[in-house]
Amino acid sequence: MTATTERAVGSDVRRIDGPAKVRGLAPYAYEHEVDGSAVFVALVQSTVAKGRITSIDVSAAQAVPGVLAVLTHEDAPRLGDVAEELLVLQSDRVQYAGQPVAVVVAETSEVARDAVGRVVVRYDAQRPDVDLRADRDDLYPPEKLMGGFETDSVIGDVDAALAAAPVSVDVTYETPNEHNNPIEMHATVARWDGDVLRMWDANQGPHNLVPVITEAFGITADQLHITSPYVGGAFGSKAFTHVHQLIAGMAAKVTGRTVKVELTRQQMFSLVGHRTPTIQRLRLGALPDGTMTAISHEVVEHTSQNAEFAEQTATATRLMYAAPARRTTHRLAKLDVPAPTIMRAPGEAPGMYALESAVDELAEALGMDPVELRLRNEPERDPERDVPWSTRNLVACLRQGAERFGWADRDPRPGVRADGRWLVGTGVAASTYPTRRRPSQARIEAVPGKPFVVSIDASDIGTGAWTALTQIAADALGVPMDDVDLRIGDSRLPKASGAGGSTGITSWGPAIIAAAQELRDREVPPGGLTVTGSSGPGDEAEQYSSHAFGAHFAEVRVDRDSGEVRVPRMTAVFAAGRIINPTTARSQFLGGMTMGLSMALHEEAVLDATHGHYANHDLAEYHVATNADVGEVDISWVDEVDELHNPLGAKGIGEVGIVGSAAAIGNAYAHATGRRVRDLPLTPDKFFR
Amino acid sequence: MDTQITLRVDGADRPLTVDTRTSLLDAMRERLGATSAKKGCDHGQCGACTVLLDGRRVNSCLVLAVTAEGQEVTTSDGLAADGPHRLHETFVDHDAYQCGYCTPGQITSAAGVLAEAAQGWPSAVTEDLVADRTDLTDAEIRERMSGNLCRCAAYANIVPAVAQVAVEQGVRA
Amino acid sequence: MREFRYEKAIDPAGAVALLTGEPEGAYLGGGTNLVDLMRLGVATPDVLVDVRQLTSTEVEDLPDGGLRIGAAVPNADLAAEPRVRERYPLLAQALLAGASGQLRNRATTGGNLLQRTRCTYFTDTTMPCNKRDAGSGCGAVEGLHRNLAVLGATHEGPTSPHTCIATHPSDMVVALRALDASVRVLGADGERTVPIAELHRLPGDDPARDTTLAHGELITAIDVPALPWATRSRYRKVRDRASYAFALVSVAAALDLDGSTVRDVRIALGGVAHKPWRATVAEDALRGGPATEAAFAAAAEAELAAAAPLADNAFKVPMATNMITRTLVQLAEARA
Repeated sequence: MTATTERAVGSDVRRIDGPAKVRGLAPYAYEHEVDGSAVFVALVQSTVAKGRITSIDVSAAQAVPGVLAVLTHEDAPRLGDVAEELLVLQSDRVQYAGQPVAVVVAETSEVARDAVGRVVVRYDAQRPDVDLRADRDDLYPPEKLMGGFETDSVIGDVDAALAAAPVSVDVTYETPNEHNNPIEMHATVARWDGDVLRMWDANQGPHNLVPVITEAFGITADQLHITSPYVGGAFGSKAFTHVHQLIAGMAAKVTGRTVKVELTRQQMFSLVGHRTPTIQRLRLGALPDGTMTAISHEVVEHTSQNAEFAEQTATATRLMYAAPARRTTHRLAKLDVPAPTIMRAPGEAPGMYALESAVDELAEALGMDPVELRLRNEPERDPERDVPWSTRNLVACLRQGAERFGWADRDPRPGVRADGRWLVGTGVAASTYPTRRRPSQARIEAVPGKPFVVSIDASDIGTGAWTALTQIAADALGVPMDDVDLRIGDSRLPKASGAGGSTGITSWGPAIIAAAQELRDREVPPGGLTVTGSSGPGDEAEQYSSHAFGAHFAEVRVDRDSGEVRVPRMTAVFAAGRIINPTTARSQFLGGMTMGLSMALHEEAVLDATHGHYANHDLAEYHVATNADVGEVDISWVDEVDELHNPLGAKGIGEVGIVGSAAAIGNAYAHATGRRVRDLPLTPDKFFR
Repeated sequence: MDTQITLRVDGADRPLTVDTRTSLLDAMRERLGATSAKKGCDHGQCGACTVLLDGRRVNSCLVLAVTAEGQEVTTSDGLAADGPHRLHETFVDHDAYQCGYCTPGQITSAAGVLAEAAQGWPSAVTEDLVADRTDLTDAEIRERMSGNLCRCAAYANIVPAVAQVAVEQGVRA
Repeated sequence: MREFRYEKAIDPAGAVALLTGEPEGAYLGGGTNLVDLMRLGVATPDVLVDVRQLTSTEVEDLPDGGLRIGAAVPNADLAAEPRVRERYPLLAQALLAGASGQLRNRATTGGNLLQRTRCTYFTDTTMPCNKRDAGSGCGAVEGLHRNLAVLGATHEGPTSPHTCIATHPSDMVVALRALDASVRVLGADGERTVPIAELHRLPGDDPARDTTLAHGELITAIDVPALPWATRSRYRKVRDRASYAFALVSVAAALDLDGSTVRDVRIALGGVAHKPWRATVAEDALRGGPATEAAFAAAAEAELAAAAPLADNAFKVPMATNMITRTLVQLAEARA
C-alpha cells in the first residue's frame, strides 16, 4: 500500500463522474441496451378514480402493425404476494385515476403509444373522494408512523398549559400535494435471460427493489440482477418499487424480448407517489419572557385506499424546543388517490414549515426577536426521549447565520419596508433532520499493482456518493483516490441500504472503512486478496438523540401591484457533522434550500374533486423553481464532528437543507407584507385575498 | 409511416429509418444510440433535450426527425469533438450539477446563450432594449437559462459556470 | 400519436392546395405547440404540410413606417430585430416574456398566433372539454381554473356544450392586438387581410373554434402599422414563477402624452380571455383626460367591470386593474 499524507476526506474534490455527465455519456437506465433489440412499453391508464373495469377491448390495439402484446388484468402474468398498491393488472378494481389497466408492447415507442389510444375500456365508476379536511368524521390514527415513530406523543396537561399561558398562538397551516419530479423520468429496461430477470433501472438502491421483485415473480435473489450506475435525481420517488418495474418484468416475460418502460412526465404524477398534503394545527403557549410552556402540533394528512402511508409530520416538533407540556398527533384520511410516498425530508419538510412559522407568529405575539425566542427555548436534552444529544449546535447556526445575513439591524415591524413597488421583509427558521446509520456491507479486492476495487451496492442519485465514497475509501486504505476503483449501483454487489433519509454516507462509509481495516494488517499475496466489512446501528441510537441542525435566513420581496414573490437572497448555516467533500456538500445544501424555495413559492399538485386526477400533471403547470427564481445563496457550516454514530463523524446532509427553508421564506413574506399566508405555495393570487 | 432519412448528429451522417411521428430526440435515443440529449418531459417543458440545430438551441423533443434532415444537430457530446468545451470544464469546476441528467441540455443551452449574446440579442430582463451589445450579468444568465429545469437545483452554481465562459468570450464585463 | 403523412410543398399556394384537399390535415410550422398537442392526442392530423420554409423569414419595412413580418420568422429573431426593438418595445418585450430561449428559436410568428389554450382540461383527452371534444362539457369550471378567463367567457355550467373559460396563451398576440396589426392570409380563393381584432374570437356558443380562419388558410405575414408613439410602450407579464410560465395577467400598453394629458393610448390584456383583450373601455375613458394614477386606476376598474370570475380566478380582476394602472404610470413617467 502506498503511504499518503494528504487526506481526501474534507477536501474539495471535483465529482469523478463529472466529465462523463457533462458530455451526456454517463448511462442512465433507459440508455442501456441501445443496440436496437429492445421493444417498447406504453401504458393504458384508468380514466376513472374509483370503480371496476367492466370490459376491455384490445382488438384494435392488437391489430396495429408492430404491436407484440397487449396485457390486461384478464391475461397478465399473476404476481406473487406484494403490497396491494403494486398488484398491477391483477384485478378489475380501480382505486385511483391513472391506474394502469392495460399495457401495450410494440416494436417502436411510436407504435406503442398509438396503440394505447385504441384500447377501449369500460368502467362501472363511482365518484371519488379526494377531499382532505380536518373536520372529516372518518379520520383515524395509524398504528405507527413511517420510520416506526409513535402516532401520538403526549407529555403533561397540554390543554391546561395552553389555557394558562399568558401569550399563545393557535394557527393552522396547510401544505399541498407535492411531486418529486426528478428530471429523469422513471425508467426500467428488462429482459429474462432464462430464469434470470435482468434489469437496468432508475432507483435509489438496487437492493431496495430485490425483496418485492423477487416475491412478485417467484424468483430468488440470485435470479435478479439490477444495474443502476447513474440515476437522474429521485428525491424519494425512486426509493421503493413502483408498478412500472413489475410491468417491465411482465412485459419481458410475455414477449421474450428486452423491453423498455419509460413513464411519461404526466404518468409520474399518479404512478410513483407524491408528498401527502397536510393540515397542521399549531398551538404554542409562552411566558412573557418567551419561555415556552406548551407545544401542541396536530396533523391531518391523506393516504390511499391501497396503501397506508403515515408520514411522520410532527416528529421534529418532539425535539426542537423545550416546554413542559407537549403533544403531537397524526390522523389520516383514506382517500381515492394514488399511494403517497417519501419526498425529500418526508415529515420534517412540511412539519417544520408549520412549526417554524408558528414560532415566528409567537415571536410576533411576544414582541420578541424570533432568533432570540429560539435561543430562549433551547433544550438541554431531547425533551421527549429524555436522552442527551450526541451533538446539537442549533444555537451556533442561528448566531452565525444572523451574523452573516445581517439580522442585527432588523426592524421587526411587519409591512413597513419598501423598495419602489417591492415590499421587503426578512425571515428566519430553524432546521433539523435525524442522523442514523443503516446496515451495509462492502467488499474490497486487492491485487498488487492494481487499484483497489471497492464494491458496495450504494447509489448516487446526484448526491455525490461516487466521489465521497472514493474519498473515504482512499483514506481508509491510505492511498490516493486514483488507486480506488469504486463499483456501486448493482444488486450483485454487497448489500447496502438505499439512498434515502440522509443515511448514505453514514451507512456506506463505515462499511467501506470496516473492509479497509480488514486489509490493513494483512499482506496482499501476488494472487490478490478479497475482504469484506459491514456496519450498522448500535446502542448509540437508543442512548443519544442525534440530529443535524441548521438555520435559514431569507429576504423576500413582494410586488405590491401583482403579488409576485422574489427571494433575492438566502443564508443558511448547518451543523451536520464532518463534511466529507465541501464542494458536493454545498451542492446538497443548495439543492435542498432551492427545493424549499420551490415548495414555498411554486409547488402544488391540484386534485380535481370531480374526477380525482391531478389536474396540473406536467412541468408547464406544476411549477418547480427555474434558474430565474433563485438569487444569491450563502451556505456555510459550523465545525462539528459527531463520532457517536459513525467513525467518519458525519451526519446526513441531503435533507436538512430543505427543512425550514420554506418557513424562513413564509416568515419573510409575512414580515414584508404584514399578512400571513398559512397555506403554501405563496403564489401571486394569495396576495389578493 | 416509415421513411428513410439521414440525420447529421455531432458531425456524422447517420442514415436511419424513422416513423414520421419520431421526434429528433427519440431518433437519437431510441434508434441511433446517441443518448447525450435527455428526455425529461417530452413536451418542451424542461429543456433536458436541448440540442443545437444549425447552431441554434431548440428542444429536440418537439422537432420531428423528418424535418431535421439536412440540418446539423449538436449535442453536448458533440461540443467535445475537439476536446472538452470550456462549458464542460466550468460546469465541473463549479459543481454546476448533481445527478447530471439535465446537464447536457444545460450545456447546449448555455452554448446557445453565449452565441445569442454575441449577436446582441436582448432578454426579458434587458433594461436597454436598443443596446447593441449584451452584457451577460447574473440576472441575464438566470433568465436566459430558465428554459432548463434542474430539480437538483444547481442553478446558483450554473450561473458562475456560464459566467466564466461568458467573460472569456467577451460577452460579460 | 396518430399516423400521418409528411408533405412538403414548393410554395405557399401549393401548400394551400395540398391542405385544402385534406380535411384532417394541418400545417406544421415550428411545431412547438402542434407536436406537443399531437403527442397528447389532442391534435390528430393525418397529414402534416411543412410550411416552415415556405413563408417569409424576413422582416420588411412598409411604406408607412410599419413592418411586415414573415410568418416563418422565429420568435427569437423577431424579438432581436433592431427595428422591432426601436419602434415597438412592447412587442419585443412580449416575445421575450414568452416560453424559453429554446422554444423562441423554433416557434414561428404565424404559429404563435395560433397557439391553443393551455387549460389542463383541454390538454387531457380523458377530461370533458368543449373545445377539444365539442359537447362534452367543461371540466374546468368546477375544477382547476385558477389561471383561466375572467372576461368574455361562456359559463353555463359544467355540462353545457357552450361553456368555455379557456384563455389564449400567447404573449406576442397581446402586443400585436395593442398595435392593431393585421394578418395576411392565403386561402384557396386567394389572399385576404384579417385585422387581428377579427382573427381570434370569444368562445360564444362554439368554443371549439379559436379563430376565424377557414381550414386550409395559411398565414403568410403580419403587418404592423406605424405607431410613432409606440416607442413609449411596455409589456408587463405576471406569472407564477420568475420565468418560463404562462401569464396570469399581462398588459401591453402604449401611451401618447400631450404634456400631462393623454393624447392617445393603447391597452391590451393577456391571460384573462379566450382572445387577446383590447381594453377599449379603459382607452376611451383615458383619451383626452389627465395622465394621473387616479385616472389610470379608474379607467382600469371600468374595463374590468365586465369581469365575471369564478372562485379561484377572482384575483385576476384586482391584479389586472393594478397592472394596467402601474404600467401606465410607468409609461407616463418614462422618457419617450
